[in-house]
Amino acid sequence: MRLERRASASRVMAVLAPVLALVCAAAGAAVLFALLGRDPVSCLHTLFVAPLEDANGWSELALKATPLLLCALGIAVGVQANVWNIGAEGQFTMGAIAGGAVALWLGPTEGWFVLPLVLMAGVLGGAAWGGVAAFLRTRFNAHEILVTLMLSYIAVQVLGWLVRGPMQDPEGFNFPQTRQFEAAAMLPVLLEGSRVTVAAVFALVAVPLAALLLGRTMAGYRIRVVGLAPGAARYAGFSENGAVWVCLLLSGGLAGLAGVCEVAGPIGQLTPSISPGYGFAAIIVAFLGRLSPVGMLFAAVLMALLYLGAEGLQITQQLPLAAAGVIQGMLLLFLLGADVLTLYRVRFGGVRAHAKASSHG
Amino acid sequence: MDDGVMLVALLVATLRAAAPLILAGLGELVCERAGVLNLGVEGMMLVGAVVGFAASVTTGSPVLGLLAAMAAGAAMAAVFAVLTLRLHANQVASGLALTIFGIGFSALFGAPYQSHPITGLATLIFPNLSGAHPLLQQLLLVDPLVWLALAAPFAVARFLARSRAGLLLRAVGESAEVAHAFGYKVVRIRGFAVLFGGAMAGLAGAYLSLAYTPMWTENMVAGRGWIALALVVFSTWKPLLLAAGAILFGFVTIAGFQAEAWGIPVAPNLLATLPYAATILVLVLISRDTLRLKLNAPAALGKPFHPAG
Amino acid sequence: MALPPRLVLRGIGKSYGGTRANDGIDLTVMQGEIHALLGENGAGKSTLVKIIYGVVQPDAGSLEWEGKAVTIPDPNAARRLGIGMVFQHFSLFETLTVAENIALGLGTDEPLAALSARISATAARYGLAVDPRVHVHHLSVGERQRVEILRCLLQEPRLLIMDEPTSVLTPQEAEGLFAMLRRLAAEGCSVLYISHKLAEIRALCDQATVLRAGRVVAACDPRVTPAAAMAELMIGQAMAAPVRPARPAAGDAVLAVMGLSLAADSPFGTALRAIGFTLRAGEILGIGGVAGNGQKELLAAISGERRAGENGAVAIAGVACGQAGASARRRLGLAVVPEERLGRGAVAELSLTENALLTGATREVARHGVIRFAPLRRFARGVIESFRVVAAGSEALAGSLSGGNMQKFIIGREMGHAPLVLVAAHPTWGVDVGAAQAIHDALHALAADGVGVLIISEDLDEIFSVCDRIAVLHGGHLSAPVAVGETSVEAVGLLMGGLDAA
Repeated sequence: MRLERRASASRVMAVLAPVLALVCAAAGAAVLFALLGRDPVSCLHTLFVAPLEDANGWSELALKATPLLLCALGIAVGVQANVWNIGAEGQFTMGAIAGGAVALWLGPTEGWFVLPLVLMAGVLGGAAWGGVAAFLRTRFNAHEILVTLMLSYIAVQVLGWLVRGPMQDPEGFNFPQTRQFEAAAMLPVLLEGSRVTVAAVFALVAVPLAALLLGRTMAGYRIRVVGLAPGAARYAGFSENGAVWVCLLLSGGLAGLAGVCEVAGPIGQLTPSISPGYGFAAIIVAFLGRLSPVGMLFAAVLMALLYLGAEGLQITQQLPLAAAGVIQGMLLLFLLGADVLTLYRVRFGGVRAHAKASSHG
Repeated sequence: MDDGVMLVALLVATLRAAAPLILAGLGELVCERAGVLNLGVEGMMLVGAVVGFAASVTTGSPVLGLLAAMAAGAAMAAVFAVLTLRLHANQVASGLALTIFGIGFSALFGAPYQSHPITGLATLIFPNLSGAHPLLQQLLLVDPLVWLALAAPFAVARFLARSRAGLLLRAVGESAEVAHAFGYKVVRIRGFAVLFGGAMAGLAGAYLSLAYTPMWTENMVAGRGWIALALVVFSTWKPLLLAAGAILFGFVTIAGFQAEAWGIPVAPNLLATLPYAATILVLVLISRDTLRLKLNAPAALGKPFHPAG
Repeated sequence: MALPPRLVLRGIGKSYGGTRANDGIDLTVMQGEIHALLGENGAGKSTLVKIIYGVVQPDAGSLEWEGKAVTIPDPNAARRLGIGMVFQHFSLFETLTVAENIALGLGTDEPLAALSARISATAARYGLAVDPRVHVHHLSVGERQRVEILRCLLQEPRLLIMDEPTSVLTPQEAEGLFAMLRRLAAEGCSVLYISHKLAEIRALCDQATVLRAGRVVAACDPRVTPAAAMAELMIGQAMAAPVRPARPAAGDAVLAVMGLSLAADSPFGTALRAIGFTLRAGEILGIGGVAGNGQKELLAAISGERRAGENGAVAIAGVACGQAGASARRRLGLAVVPEERLGRGAVAELSLTENALLTGATREVARHGVIRFAPLRRFARGVIESFRVVAAGSEALAGSLSGGNMQKFIIGREMGHAPLVLVAAHPTWGVDVGAAQAIHDALHALAADGVGVLIISEDLDEIFSVCDRIAVLHGGHLSAPVAVGETSVEAVGLLMGGLDAA
């Protein structure tokens, strides 16, 4: 078997590869379930189908897809510029902390301005955390992969400290959590009786905006050139540092927005664990969606489904929630493997055998 | 006298904290010197930790546990090698995928072993020390893996600088195209380096679950894989500097814990940020000198190689 | 009974995708013969030597080595037979020492100390002085070539393949190389010498095989065949004499560089030392020199990719801009054609339309930061038409074009911005003769329109045939420009070697 490079990437395979990866990951999951002594068919049903069988499942899907999509959009713009923000989890956390701090500080204040202030604080908190990485990269050349990741670990610990220390609820029986936010600081619920908030609208609006940014603006063009050919970017006079700043501030801001929307939405307060790893799962969403905003919309829904399905497996099959992580990881691994088909043609036998035959002939 | 014991205890604790960083870091260093950037160290360490733990508990033999951990790490690395070297997948994305998978897999596979206490490697070797001199008690906490971690950097340095295989490895990391033109099997050499990196990461993970803690808890590697990656940059790809950096790191971590003992009140969460903050600081300090990094970094690091033919 | 030929090729064929790089090639190299392989870029020379050296496998045909049929599956097999090769782009590891490089090339387990001694002995014997302990990145291009040659000589080769070896040498260094090759041939070693430079082939080689479009078109004795006849064989038609349109006398200074000094920005780079020259409207100034003497750095300092310490160090049309960036300098009327096409002059993964935007973000195509694709596409189509770029339309990916067509597109794009100054690095490197001619004609036409043209090239023939004045870069220092008529190849060669002609 040989690989032959295609003249240009196959568009058909670019769309088919994620589907192929999903099928392989599902098969891998089935094997895993069987190894763990569970019935693979009923497990797969619980994972992929059961969550979609009622309205509540669909609304929970939207709820979980929202932060994934927001984080992934920012990550994907960064990857286009070859800026790897893998610390969306930290920016998410910092956004939640900053937004939460403003919500708690304003306390019982009423008024239309409360919620915008809370949201703005969240965006700024996330952007600032991304900005730290941008500063260290542009000023000191410290690689953003490691820095954003280290900043994530720090953010999570800072959150843990705040909810046990300065921001702890004095009437909370010493639980590690803050007071509940007041109603004025909370996002309105979109559908009566569900937990879906207007954050879902933010995410949906962000999709076409990101597509416009990348496809139709000079800023997006610069970002793509910096990522594809840094030499060409220098030649054209596009600043690499500028692209690093834009990408990290933007993706930090989006992750921060996701974070504040979680705490000012379904959670309603700060606790030590506000994210089941949305920031990391968003990396998979970005790749699974082919870095295309619309593709990521579908990918985010799929990843949300895996989270929901894993919750179902925990209840019905007593499997740890980590099952979601295994399947997500397999999905990305299979996707990266399947991607070979978009750039290469697979040939069997071929030229080499022919050459041997004729040289001996 | 007590001060002496204190000091030795501090030194021993530092070395024990440094050992996993050295082992995993050396593996990654060899891998990167061959031109491959594997960001999956954290994931391979986690899988090594849980597989080593499970194998040790099941078979009752910590040696088998360590071997199983190395095999598990190498198996993960093999997946990475196939993806990046055979299927030409992006190295950064593949490494991240490996880590995400490793986090999930170790949590799932390790759930039954969660918080199951075992006897640590050092205690296993010298079970009855209660009567011994406190200084000796401390010294014997230095288990064989720590000794290995202290000796390995010298062995790797010598291998890279002196042996023909080491020269080949460096050559492949310098320019895959040139090595290929000379008729060397680039993919095979890189594959071996990646497998070595995986085995070392697995061993480092097993050190954590079998000797350092010793128990399995979810996500117990806690970023050490990433710190090891940072240390490789810090060392400018030199094994002895890597060991020195790891020991410095071990000291920072331990000094943090000591702060509490010395009566400096610090919230445990803030204390826990210390190694991560130190990593960032170290990266900043070393990366400022772009020229030095460029001169020492393997020129082909992270670059894919597609032999034409 | 004569000795059997060293190497015989019969009917060698090799295709890449749809293109036939080699088609039924026959070639015979005798023992102790210096055999020229002649052809323009893309004629199939490099594919053929890769087949001989085992890097590439042929689709058809057979090889015979000293009378015996052989297959050469990989370079190791080639070396075992006694074939050595000096590549045009050196296969050296920059951060390893000379001895380590040679050890890797030889594939032996010999201890480095013993090998170093052997290297020094062979080096002394053939006059190729080089220190085995030094790291390759400290060596000049000419010294690196010596390392490559030494590596081959240590294998006691019976066939030495040299791919365009003089492109990195001064004329004087080339003479030294020829002397060494003649000595080697006298000792019985065959040499396969690849070049498109007719003068050196006539001076050096005993026999020549001419390739065109993947086929052998002729075999001749270069010592007696006139250069013009060989050129015609190579190109397939009589070579048109270059047209030099009459031009007005040079006008005002459009580009002035004064006291430009710049530290190297990479460990293998060259620092620029007090560079100064003036380029006038309507003239073509050539900057020659051996690669690695500061050409990249000079181009970056002029284009604005790197900023000078003082703003006055660079002035375009009288406006000091030493500290301005590339975009600002472009607005002053500067256009630049960089050395590398893909990855610098253009982005392989983007379409030609998108590549037009790289240096063309005017108010017309990018209003308020929003790209307007219609006028951009019109611009790209205009360039494709007027420069006869062979491409599947304006939406073709840059990476799908051949080197020559990509170069025509880039030059056309830069000219399309109506510049006052055009700086071109190696404008015809790796481009076939027809395209090179078109590019030179376009540069002449540009100068005739009153644009100042600066050419940075390692090809002395190009500089002498195109430029009005010549300066030479050596070790980051630029010699004073002189008119073409007042200097000679020898004098320029001495400057390239760092010696000032008296």
